[in-house]
Amino acid sequence: MAGLKELRARIASVRSTQKITSAMKLVAGAKLRRAQEQAQAARPYAERMENLLAELAASTPSQPPLMSGSGKHDRHLLVVGTADRGLCGGFNANIVREARRDANQLIEEGREVAFYCLGRKGRDQLRMQHGDRIIAVVENLTRPQPSFSRAREIAADITRRFEAGEFDVCTMYFSKFLSALSQEPQALRLIPAADGQSPNDGDNETTADGGRHRQSPSNANIAGDNNGATADGGRQSPGHGDSQNSEKIGQGQGVAGTKGASAVSRGAPEFEPGQDEILAELLPHNLAVQIWRGILENNASEQGARMTAMDNATRNAGEMITRLTLVYNRSRQAAVTTELIEIVSAKEAM
Amino acid sequence: MASEETAAAPESGRFRFELATPEALAASGDYGLVIVPGSEGDFGVLAGHAALISSLRPGVVRAWREAAGGLPPDEAPEVWFVTGGFAEAGEGRLTLLVQEAEPVGEMDAAEIGQLLRNAREDLEDVKGDDEAARDEIRAKIALLEARLAACSEQKN
Repeated sequence: MAGLKELRARIASVRSTQKITSAMKLVAGAKLRRAQEQAQAARPYAERMENLLAELAASTPSQPPLMSGSGKHDRHLLVVGTADRGLCGGFNANIVREARRDANQLIEEGREVAFYCLGRKGRDQLRMQHGDRIIAVVENLTRPQPSFSRAREIAADITRRFEAGEFDVCTMYFSKFLSALSQEPQALRLIPAADGQSPNDGDNETTADGGRHRQSPSNANIAGDNNGATADGGRQSPGHGDSQNSEKIGQGQGVAGTKGASAVSRGAPEFEPGQDEILAELLPHNLAVQIWRGILENNASEQGARMTAMDNATRNAGEMITRLTLVYNRSRQAAVTTELIEIVSAKEAM
Repeated sequence: MASEETAAAPESGRFRFELATPEALAASGDYGLVIVPGSEGDFGVLAGHAALISSLRPGVVRAWREAAGGLPPDEAPEVWFVTGGFAEAGEGRLTLLVQEAEPVGEMDAAEIGQLLRNAREDLEDVKGDDEAARDEIRAKIALLEARLAACSEQKN
């Protein structure tokens, strides 16, 4: 059994750790509220952007590479969004695990993989195994505040690399914020924008339908419509409806042609300037918006994960203090008893 | 924040107008007339506008709660300066997706003028033939000029 002095030191140490973790919990809680508000504030824009893109994609026959891809699936860029700091439970590890699993599978299939790390922790965890595959690291995305202009810079960089032919497919990994207690790591296809799936599904030709949809229904809608060939004017419920539904309509209209379809609901929208120009402007912007969304979701998730982790840590520290105090009191009592016995027996001996 | 209690009420000659930026929903509500700075010229949107998708140039968005027979009424509109983006009209609604939106009433002409002078100096300071840097500053100047124009127009 440890000496009394050591026990006292130990208790003091756990107590100060507890103070730190409970302070971190409070800070994370305050930041979480802000991050959550920001993520919510950004949602309408992202959703309407998706609808707009779906509408455009549905009525534009010739699609630029950002939309339809480079026609190959050989080189993959994995954008791994993590936090810059640890002490937030399994938050970083969960995201990196997802990315690493996909990466290993792609490498096994003989494809090239590169990592684009948003956040220091992602780089730290990937460095051991994939050090030479990390092509860029962006740090301090959320300090002092997440800003859209940063997301735009990253999007511009990724677009430039895509146009330079550095990769064919780009996927982003981030954690979707569900609640302070649960965050869900997920993969989001950025390029080609037409399919929103994990890279492993990218090869089979039936990407747009059936497969696993890890995304919101409205995004699945984009995929469904693209599948339905060139033109449609008569989607019953633009921007809504599940993928199955829009797929059916899309395929039907692909044959029926454009003109008569407008009688069903409404005509194809007019475009100012041409739809190709709008699409060319919209796609890089959409990339920035998706990255922005990932950053915000990640930020909220990180704070939530940290709050939970620090809450647990504070509770564990409390338990540890109780246990150590018990041991301490017992040993002290034992020491007192021993002393008493010594005094009594010394007295009797006299 | 978006609220559902003011769902589209087309019969009143108004339509749902939303001004969204990546960082927040800058405005949303039922309006009668909105004039939008399209990339090929300003256009006004009334209730029942045909489906239209347009890109935007930097400029001012003016919005009136009520339209006086399809014309701008006498009262002062709500005015925002936007830095380009996209507009989508149709089905009793108008959605503007812009990169930034700033109420013109909160803009400070003197400050913008100062920024503009700084940017012009920066342009002269670019050395050699770094055209990319020059283009970047020129784009910035164009944006500032548009802001200043929006600001002075509002004051008059």
